[in-house]
Amino acid sequence: MSKRTVQFKIYRYDPDKDAAPYLQDISVELEASDKKLLDALVRLKAKDDSLSFRRSCREGVCGSDAMNINGKNGLACLTDVDSLAQPVTLRPLPGLPVIRDLIVDMTQFFKQYHSIKPYLINEDHPPERERLQSPEEREELNGLYECILCACCSTACPSFWWNPDKFVGPSGLLNAYRFIADTRDQATNERLDNLEDPYRLFRCHTIMNCVDVCPKSLNPTKAIGKIKDLMIRRAV
Amino acid sequence: MVKRIIVGAHYGLRDWLVQRVTAIYMALFTLVFAISLFWLGGFNYHNWAAFWACPATQFSGFLFVLSVIYHAWVGVRDIWMDYVKPDGLRLALHLVTLFLLIGYAGWAVRILWRL
Repeated sequence: MSKRTVQFKIYRYDPDKDAAPYLQDISVELEASDKKLLDALVRLKAKDDSLSFRRSCREGVCGSDAMNINGKNGLACLTDVDSLAQPVTLRPLPGLPVIRDLIVDMTQFFKQYHSIKPYLINEDHPPERERLQSPEEREELNGLYECILCACCSTACPSFWWNPDKFVGPSGLLNAYRFIADTRDQATNERLDNLEDPYRLFRCHTIMNCVDVCPKSLNPTKAIGKIKDLMIRRAV
Repeated sequence: MVKRIIVGAHYGLRDWLVQRVTAIYMALFTLVFAISLFWLGGFNYHNWAAFWACPATQFSGFLFVLSVIYHAWVGVRDIWMDYVKPDGLRLALHLVTLFLLIGYAGWAVRILWRL
């Protein structure tokens, strides 16, 4: 790909200066080596250093640069800039308070994540080496442990928009199932108790926006279904 | 009032499950009901009243009314839970919904049993 110019419409809001958010029209010339949206954002930042966004690993592992790209949540570092319709409209993740420009306050998201106790609970004495699992038991964790907590899914979920304080959200529930499914964990019942609530789990209406946007191609809806299965098996 | 995340209202699973079971029952009843109408031998009051006098129709019809009521209760309450934030207003809407649905159930039974 040669040099080309890309048009952007970027959500700008600096609470110290702006009375209200606005969309800024801006264009940037990309070099042949610029492939991803994040490359373009870095060029834009060089042009206008007041533009604020989060980024770190630039290869889809840290989950920092999640944003709303042409109406769909995704990671800037994994999105091919040439695949996007122009002008490329960039907004912060929907439903979370904006700190500045494309940076949102993720406190509520992480509060929900912490509420599911995202760590192994095992009261047994730790063995000399590791706690063992069979290959089949380990297989169940695939598609769960890969979550990078970028919040693309939870902020695409209408149920999370309406009840971010009560509904755990797809990311939190995927992670909840990651520990429920882990045979080394001993708190399955407590974990199910914690979710058996009309809000925490059952606000999920199977809209599946989470599956649509997950940059790691994970399936929170499936994990939520498996949690419901376990609850039914426990209850009947 | 302290701001805490409060969890553990343990009726989430029950209502979710009942909503699905009632949906299946309503679908089956509708199908059987529609097919039964062809065996009435003409749509007139006499046949309609005889149809509802049959114990099997009354039994399954009563269950159908209960299914509609419970299904609607969970569905409408879901809407209030999703969109209505003030707890007091939500409780009031829950109560209005519940009273209306119970009233409708009695009304429906009265209409069908009176035939």
